[in-house]
Amino acid sequence: MTINPDLQGRSYPAAEVYDVGREKIREFARAVKASHPAHFDVDAARDLGHSDLVAPPTFAIIIAQRADAQLIEDPEAGIDFSRVVHADQRFTHHRPIIAGDRLVAELHVDGVRAMGGGAMVTTRSEIFALGSGGSREPVTTTTSSILVRGEGQ
Amino acid sequence: MSPSIHELSPGQEIGSRTIEVTRTDLVKYAGASGDFNPIHWNEAFATSVELPGVIAHGMFTMGSAVQLVTDWAGDPAAVVDFQTRFTKPVLVTDTTGTDQPGASIEVSGLIGKLDAEANTARIDLTVVSAGQKVLMKAQALVKLS
Repeated sequence: MTINPDLQGRSYPAAEVYDVGREKIREFARAVKASHPAHFDVDAARDLGHSDLVAPPTFAIIIAQRADAQLIEDPEAGIDFSRVVHADQRFTHHRPIIAGDRLVAELHVDGVRAMGGGAMVTTRSEIFALGSGGSREPVTTTTSSILVRGEGQ
Repeated sequence: MSPSIHELSPGQEIGSRTIEVTRTDLVKYAGASGDFNPIHWNEAFATSVELPGVIAHGMFTMGSAVQLVTDWAGDPAAVVDFQTRFTKPVLVTDTTGTDQPGASIEVSGLIGKLDAEANTARIDLTVVSAGQKVLMKAQALVKLS
């Protein structure tokens, strides 16, 4: 299977809404062995000036990987998930993710580069918080490169 | 309260931490993150795709490494940017039923760069498991107070 080179420049609009819950922030924080009280204790988060629990710096991967799934599962893309290796990852936070946020992600395919028999695919998720009246506030930009290994790689 | 730029200088160490990892930890991370790729929990599947065994999620390593920065910064929201490249997998052996970890990840950090205008510090992390650097260019940008 080969990667479709026409993927570059493609984008996938925001699909489902991700509701950020307190227990999910606590679960994710425990899973990455984080112990900062602002992930667990609402009063501790408020003492730092936040309205509710603060998500760990890599929490946005949950939303970004859901957005990436649209591309990986797109039959036109030609990506074999069992041959995918995560090559790099970046999070740029315009503001922290806070419990109670309602987030959506727009996925952009920024690069497709042939490498050996495989390809390096770079995607970017623009994550926004939905406000009342349909407003959208930029929250986090994530960029990720995956290497899709070719046969014998 | 995050540190003040006047107390800091490039090259200064911010500390170190050892993270012990078990297969149970990978199952927990899979559930918490939604990444259920079987290479992170099923030995037979992992070896069938030419891996040496079950490996940790790159995002587990990245996510657990940044806690050193979060704790130093005093507020998780102070970490405004965080990036890495994944260079080597962290192989996690099956130690189920014992009190031994399946892998250890050693994280240390130092101040890579200070930006007085933006009032930020770039923290450069060194992340090693089984004697090999598993992350490269692991850099976190911290907004200072």
